[in-house]
Amino acid sequence: MEITDIKIPTMAEMTAAGEKPEILFWVGCAGSYDERAQRITRAFAKILIHVGIKFAVLGTEESCTGDPAKRAGNEFLFQMQAMVNIQVLDGYDIKKIVTACPHCFNTIKNEYPGLGGNYEVIHHTQLIQDLINEGRLNAEGGHFKGKKITFHDPCYLGRGNGVYEAPRKALEILDADLVELKRCKSNGLCCGAGGAQMFKEPEKGKKDVNIERMEDVLESNANVLAVSCPFCMTMMNDGIKHFNKEQEIEVLDIAEITAKENNL
Amino acid sequence: MISQIIFSLAFIAAVIFFTLQVRKIIRNINLGKDVNRSDRPQERWAIMVKVALGQSKMVVRPVAGIMHIFVYVGFVIINLEVLEIIIDGIFGTHRIFSFLGSFYNFLIGSFEILALLVLVGVLVFLARRLIIGLKRFSGVEMTAWPKSDALYILLIEVLLMSAFLTMNAADYKLQMLGYSHYINAGSFPISGFLIGLLPNSTSALEIIERSCWWFHILGILAFLNYLPFSKHFHIILAFPNTWYSNLNNKGKFTNMDSVTNEVKAMLDPSFTPPSTDAIGRFGAKDVQDLNWVQLMNSYSCTECGRCTSVCPANQTGKLLSPRKIMMDTRDRLEEVGDHKAKNGKDYDDGKSLLDDYISREEIWACTTCNACVEACPINIDPLSIIVDLRRYAVMEESNVTVSLNAMFSNVENNGAPWKYSPADRLNWAEKEN
Repeated sequence: MEITDIKIPTMAEMTAAGEKPEILFWVGCAGSYDERAQRITRAFAKILIHVGIKFAVLGTEESCTGDPAKRAGNEFLFQMQAMVNIQVLDGYDIKKIVTACPHCFNTIKNEYPGLGGNYEVIHHTQLIQDLINEGRLNAEGGHFKGKKITFHDPCYLGRGNGVYEAPRKALEILDADLVELKRCKSNGLCCGAGGAQMFKEPEKGKKDVNIERMEDVLESNANVLAVSCPFCMTMMNDGIKHFNKEQEIEVLDIAEITAKENNL
Repeated sequence: MISQIIFSLAFIAAVIFFTLQVRKIIRNINLGKDVNRSDRPQERWAIMVKVALGQSKMVVRPVAGIMHIFVYVGFVIINLEVLEIIIDGIFGTHRIFSFLGSFYNFLIGSFEILALLVLVGVLVFLARRLIIGLKRFSGVEMTAWPKSDALYILLIEVLLMSAFLTMNAADYKLQMLGYSHYINAGSFPISGFLIGLLPNSTSALEIIERSCWWFHILGILAFLNYLPFSKHFHIILAFPNTWYSNLNNKGKFTNMDSVTNEVKAMLDPSFTPPSTDAIGRFGAKDVQDLNWVQLMNSYSCTECGRCTSVCPANQTGKLLSPRKIMMDTRDRLEEVGDHKAKNGKDYDDGKSLLDDYISREEIWACTTCNACVEACPINIDPLSIIVDLRRYAVMEESNVTVSLNAMFSNVENNGAPWKYSPADRLNWAEKEN
């Protein structure tokens, strides 16, 4: 399946046609602009199309949730973003949102209700988990046979919201050798991007956080590092480049792994 | 009779002095801003029972966790014995509960076993600090006092337990010799092994028994009064601290109501903000800008360093240490509280938590990953303090790095943290993989 062959519907178009989606796919800034994260977005869109979920995106009407501003202490900017986004979402009468970014997920799910935005928000790994449980997705590609796969928990999905099993579900059905990192789940180590660190230089120290984390990955001897956050994706890829391990280790989002296994 | 009077006076003095110190701490905690943490009481009781009483987060690290349970259970249960000691001390009786017969024997026997377990736990803790030199017991914030404080606590516990067991041994030997009022009461599974070490003279034994009795009880009263000056105050505050835990998902940060009113007024000119008291400042520059739960957190911290040992910034050599955030908050709060008591409530010493205690470099190194919050055995939240300090730096001072400022202006102007046009939001759908 090629995404370019398919028209991704926007809320504006759908509304104009008098239709409503089952779910809004909140793409997020990284998923929209970052070239590597765009591939995650395409993989997840393919999954939605493949299973026949009627979805739409906001397209040009989407705007930053305000997460990086809030974590950096700019509550004004966060609330401005939040209120404008809530107006857009409520304008389209959105009830259910899925996103491939744990930061967008956390912000809309936890922080928008206090500002009047109440939606059912799920992370893409949770939707994938449900689809696997319902038998609508499988793992027949065999692309990961014999591979050693590990998973890096994103802070805002794991510790932030207690979601540890959903991303693992997509890996458990693979015919692969799964291994946990020495620091995982509630004890997982951050990739170093959170709290607006993605957008600034790190403070002086012995090393960067993503290097510390990559050492855990190297120790696990995994060939595939699964992630479920576009910022973790960036940090982990940088870590792999730092150690010149591009040939040995591949970083893939849970959506990409699932799309591949379903030959999408 | 004289000893009864001395005992009663010592007891009353200890209780009064302790109460005064606790009131000072409560006064300091109340310098914080109000926050409602009394909703969902059932959940709160459940968390307190599980986390504080049940030590559920301690055992995440099994060695420290189990040893801590020995010491904790030992101290709580051996305090039943203290009740008897206090009654004996006031009324001049001896082992007043011995009428309980075999149940009394069971109790005393259990206390002895627990006392031994406490000794084992405390010796392991001492070894971890003095011989093994566990990394998390060092760090920039672990200056002379915090290190000595920990050793004093452990040493006092060794002395108290030793006195308790020696007292029992002497008592047991006097019982066997049928001396004076030393009636046969209690069972002595541990101190029974010590009697061979004691002299055979009844007068010497009585001196040992009395000295240990006095040392034990005066030691406990002194220890009680040491608590408010020490990290060991956690044995009390762990309970309210867990009861007032944050019940929300850890990823959820508070939305500031004062900001909501301003933003609403900006977006809708017809909106009239509810009249409230003076807002004060946005975020926190000093301890009074924090809420009282954050301040209670600082007094509850026992400086174990589990937070710092899992902090990604700290592990990669940055200055940030969540434990230091808590210790600085407490030290600054003590300073502010003392100033207010001496010089009136409006006194300003020109110092503040931010900059004079916690540096900008520390607060900006945080990835807000919540590892410190997760690791704290009593649900202390250093992250919320870091974020409040950032809020002050950003909203009151506009004092942030160029790159963060660029991110803010991108979000404001383009609706994304990078400099991309909103018109390109759907470009991802125009490409093949």
